[in-house]
Amino acid sequence: MTALAINALCKSFGGLRVTSNVNLSVEAGERRLIIGPNGAGKTTLFNLITGELSPDSGSIELFGSDITKLASRKRAHLGVARTYQIITLFAGETILHNVSLALLGLSPLRWSFFGNLDRQHHIVESAREALAHVGLETIAARPLAQTSYGERRRVEIAMALAQKPKLLLLDEPFAGLSIDERRDVQQLLKRIPREVSIVMIEHNMDVALDFAEKVTLLHFGEVIVEGTRSDVVNDPRTREVYLGH
Amino acid sequence: MSARGPRFFAIGVAIAILLTLPLWIANSYYVNIASQILLWAVAALALNVLVGYGGLVSLGHAALFGAAGYTAALLLKAGHGHLVADLAAIGFTLFVSAIFAILSLRSTGIAFLMITLALGQILWGIAYRWVSLTQGDNGVNVTTRPRFFGISLATADAFYYAVLIVFALAVISMAIFVRSPFGASLRGTRDQARRMNALGYNVWLIRFLAFLFSGFWTGIAGLLFVYYNQFISPQVMALQTSAEILLMVISGGTATLLGPIAGAAIVVVMKNVASAYIERWNLVLGVIFVLIISFMPDGLIPGTARIWRSGWQTLRARAARGVRVS
Repeated sequence: MTALAINALCKSFGGLRVTSNVNLSVEAGERRLIIGPNGAGKTTLFNLITGELSPDSGSIELFGSDITKLASRKRAHLGVARTYQIITLFAGETILHNVSLALLGLSPLRWSFFGNLDRQHHIVESAREALAHVGLETIAARPLAQTSYGERRRVEIAMALAQKPKLLLLDEPFAGLSIDERRDVQQLLKRIPREVSIVMIEHNMDVALDFAEKVTLLHFGEVIVEGTRSDVVNDPRTREVYLGH
Repeated sequence: MSARGPRFFAIGVAIAILLTLPLWIANSYYVNIASQILLWAVAALALNVLVGYGGLVSLGHAALFGAAGYTAALLLKAGHGHLVADLAAIGFTLFVSAIFAILSLRSTGIAFLMITLALGQILWGIAYRWVSLTQGDNGVNVTTRPRFFGISLATADAFYYAVLIVFALAVISMAIFVRSPFGASLRGTRDQARRMNALGYNVWLIRFLAFLFSGFWTGIAGLLFVYYNQFISPQVMALQTSAEILLMVISGGTATLLGPIAGAAIVVVMKNVASAYIERWNLVLGVIFVLIISFMPDGLIPGTARIWRSGWQTLRARAARGVRVS
């Protein structure tokens, strides 16, 4: 079963082609790494998959159904979740409230005018579960303003995991982390069950290479090389456009 | 936990004062000022839903306030009963709110503010210029106040209690709203609209419903106003009224429950009491706002709480040092 199928996807900002005839196919349960230098169009590709941008042409299919024209919020309900490269959290709230909001987004309760969000047991319990997965359950009640950068990165991941996505898009989850923190995040990503298909963007090739079976190299909006880890690493075009020699 | 005791105590004292106010203020002039504070507080609480929790600054709420007042006044003048007039007034205000929301929620920030301002001015223009309907600048008189379960609201005391009941309902509904999942959704759209969308929320619809909720209570406040004054004129719908309600919210503290109430108290007291002693009371009001914005940019209530806390901590630190020295 194909989790995500992208066909001939194009997107331009003015005269700049940021996504140029991209074809991508991710199998259910697969771990895919998308690498490429700055400005290769990696995050734009994510924005097209989640619907935060709409493509000029081409199509996107999620588990066989066409979602090209579907509103972003509806894709979340179909099982697409993402993290952001630039941390995008609710700064005035606690860690637990941040993750609770992620769960509330998929619950019909979000329209409820009555009741107290902090007392919705199934939401709070699921939020704690997601926080336990990323190792933050002990500081769940802490206001986000009092957390470190590394902790915020993990809150990002917890919010996406809490939604129990079928397709998880991770946008540079290691950006700005120390070596120890990276190792922690690598471990927690390995623990994500195989029901979840994951596409990860990483700018730095060495950090995430052992995460994925298949690697796609993007450059100036085009897929340059695609294949297994060693295929891509040893391809001369990779050396040329990415490693710079 | 420790902060809860004093808070419940303070709320209890406030309720006791509000309930017994007409007993120890014998002068009906001051009871009427209390009624005014409460009715403007309802309007400020309503605007705070959008400004404080939604991050949407509206300068058109006087039009919603006036739409309710004019609808009720004109229907009463045409010979309809109070119930019909009031229900129609709320219905019409919700309708106008929906139109305002549909047109203004195409954007946020300054553009949202400008659209609400323009729409408000259109309604003001209608009230001012459509003389055959609204009697223009002469305004519309309302000859009677409704009876509340058979009790006449003609006296200052009786009307005060009626306004107090409505005010209490408004505060309770705001308190429920703020804690509710929907309230959390609205605050989320204020802080990270883009992320909320990606998390599966319908950001536009959340804002639209918040606008209707805000419009509903603004309309209720407008009804209280028209019954209080027994008169309405286009002046009520002017930009100055919108700005005053917004000043109440901002000076008291946005996104707080008490802030808009405190803001309403300041504005109404300055308008009525200070104007009796100082001819240029507007200047005094201006100075007060400048002081609040300078020293408590987050508003009177959060600012006072902050100063109280830091003062308490300094005292405790000093006491601790004192113990160590001796």
